[in-house]
Amino acid sequence: MSDTPQAAIAAQNLVRRFGHFTAVNDVSFQVQKGEIFGFLGPNGSGKTTVIKMLTGLLPLSGGEASVLSLDVRKDPESVRENIGYMSQNFSLYSDLTVTENLTFYGRIYGLSSDRLRKRMDEIAQLNGLGPYMNRLSAQLSGGWKQRLALGCAMLHEPKLIFLDEPTAGIDPVARRQLWDLLFELSAHGITFFVTTHYMDEAERCNHVAYIYFGKIIADGTPETLRELPEVRPEGTYRVEITTPQVTRALRIVRTVAGIRSATIFGQAIHALINDDLELEHLRELLLKQGIVVAEIRPLAPSLEDVFVELTYRHQTQSEAPRA
Amino acid sequence: MLNPFRGFSAVFYKEALHIRRDFATLFFSLIIPLMQMFLLGFAIDTNIRQINTVVYDADGRRESRELLDRLRNSDTFHLVRFVENDHDLTDAIVSGKCRVGIKIPVDYSDRLLHQMSAQVLVLIDGSDSSVAGQAINVTTAIGLDESLRRVLANSNAPFAVDMRPKILFNPDSRSPNFFLPGLTAVLLLNVTTFLTAFSVVREKERGTLEQLFVTPVRPMGLLLGKLLPYLIIGFFELGMILSFMRFVFQVPIHGNVFLLAVLSLPYIFVSLSMGILISSKANSQAEAMQLAFLTILPSIFFSGYIFPRETMPKFFFILSYFVPATYFIDITRGIILRGATWEHLWGDAVVLFCMGTLLLVIAARRFQNKVIMA
Repeated sequence: MSDTPQAAIAAQNLVRRFGHFTAVNDVSFQVQKGEIFGFLGPNGSGKTTVIKMLTGLLPLSGGEASVLSLDVRKDPESVRENIGYMSQNFSLYSDLTVTENLTFYGRIYGLSSDRLRKRMDEIAQLNGLGPYMNRLSAQLSGGWKQRLALGCAMLHEPKLIFLDEPTAGIDPVARRQLWDLLFELSAHGITFFVTTHYMDEAERCNHVAYIYFGKIIADGTPETLRELPEVRPEGTYRVEITTPQVTRALRIVRTVAGIRSATIFGQAIHALINDDLELEHLRELLLKQGIVVAEIRPLAPSLEDVFVELTYRHQTQSEAPRA
Repeated sequence: MLNPFRGFSAVFYKEALHIRRDFATLFFSLIIPLMQMFLLGFAIDTNIRQINTVVYDADGRRESRELLDRLRNSDTFHLVRFVENDHDLTDAIVSGKCRVGIKIPVDYSDRLLHQMSAQVLVLIDGSDSSVAGQAINVTTAIGLDESLRRVLANSNAPFAVDMRPKILFNPDSRSPNFFLPGLTAVLLLNVTTFLTAFSVVREKERGTLEQLFVTPVRPMGLLLGKLLPYLIIGFFELGMILSFMRFVFQVPIHGNVFLLAVLSLPYIFVSLSMGILISSKANSQAEAMQLAFLTILPSIFFSGYIFPRETMPKFFFILSYFVPATYFIDITRGIILRGATWEHLWGDAVVLFCMGTLLLVIAARRFQNKVIMA
């Protein structure tokens, strides 16, 4: 991986140890300018640790990281000067008004009062905060709080913004609106580093990476990840089997020769099957066991499929040597 | 480029807004000390007067009546009860109605007239040691005085040794003069340690602290921006306490008020550092409250504020040297009561300054390791 001049973030062989525990183990990735980069992984897998390393809060135990072409080890202050950060609980001061919250962050980033006023107007327009400027932030609903928090994070016009679970605990409409806003801003060249638990949000990113117990086990665009040979091995394809009796069907499907794996998704089973197993044959097999199949069709793997598959493989791999 | 105080004015601005919004907290943190002051100033009197006393005067002649008059005039004893037998005498003390019982034997006057030693029994309730101590001192002194007068009455010679004690700095032994200067130390601690610890812990609870660390704010800018508003409040509080002390409780200030203000700075510095240290440990305001009380208690009990340090057991006496309030109480009593100057007090100031620096270094370390990198 070479450091292209376009990279907003370049992390190379990052390592962070806490005593004997390795929280981040040889992590490398690059985020290009203008990308919306989704950083996914289960809780405790090292997401927050990576963010803390990239923002210069945690010293690196090993590796190199540059953010906006600044070396995180040498110049953490300049890194923090040039990035925006929004934490998962929308860190606002609830006893301060919208204007006062913005003014506070403006002063922290050293904005002149003219520039601050101009930026506040721009942000109010962009986020639609205008009518609420004099309200205490405690009185705002979740979605508005989140917009204000984003406003505070982008007041100083950073080229890169870290969003740590920006949509945790807000309603679906506000979630949708936030993503629309992110796309708009990203079109203006702002890079976003987003962590999330929602797979539908991951699908919206230009670039995703999946971290699992300190190691990155997937990195690429959603499209390339779906085509990974681990996810879709040579000679296999994915199908969705819709049936009213999913649980019983799953038990049967798992015994059929030629089916590699199967899991339940709502009212359907997602299965990875060999090319030589024909769908009509499968339907008949199930019918013989008394399972009526409403629909059976080929399916492109979702990101969730990808991550489930990769996590499973990673687990069996790492357990193999011990066995 | 690298300003170590980056973010100071922004944090100061924000903190001032918090204080203004949360006026109730500010109001109570200023009013409660004044209430404490009124309680201690008006209600508590450590001087022991008018102890309820029961008398069994079995003699009842002129000499015994003279002795009782002397006891009465001492202002220490209040003769409330006269009984006719030993049983009633003891009973009055056991029942708690009287603290002291005096029995004058039936042959008191006779023995005096025959130049023999007359004994007077003084029963003292030892359940309150200061009352008991005062009763012993006064009765012994009266006995000694009475004896001397009888011996000297025959010779006309003056007292060989005449002790003339003169109390220098609080001639009337007024309790407010003793308590209020010490109270300033405890009250200042209240405002500074509690309020700063709370203001940092509140940001931890809200998650805003985490956010601030990712901004260009430098730790010193953050801490000073948070401390300064409370330092100003602390100073205001000190001024308020001093004016109440001077004008309401009429405690004269013998020394230089300006010196007192200057010397309170290292003490406020220690208390604020303590607040930050607490906030690096506590994750909730309730936890901060408990830890803050841990610092308040030694300041009250081991600093000499209420109980004299000199009479403490060795262990606690040494412990008192580690309590910042000990030094500040020495400063306030020194300046207010004794008119002490810089020459007498610089040592206290140096110790406080060193303590504050040490605490701040420990607090900053803990903050770096346990809060920022956690």
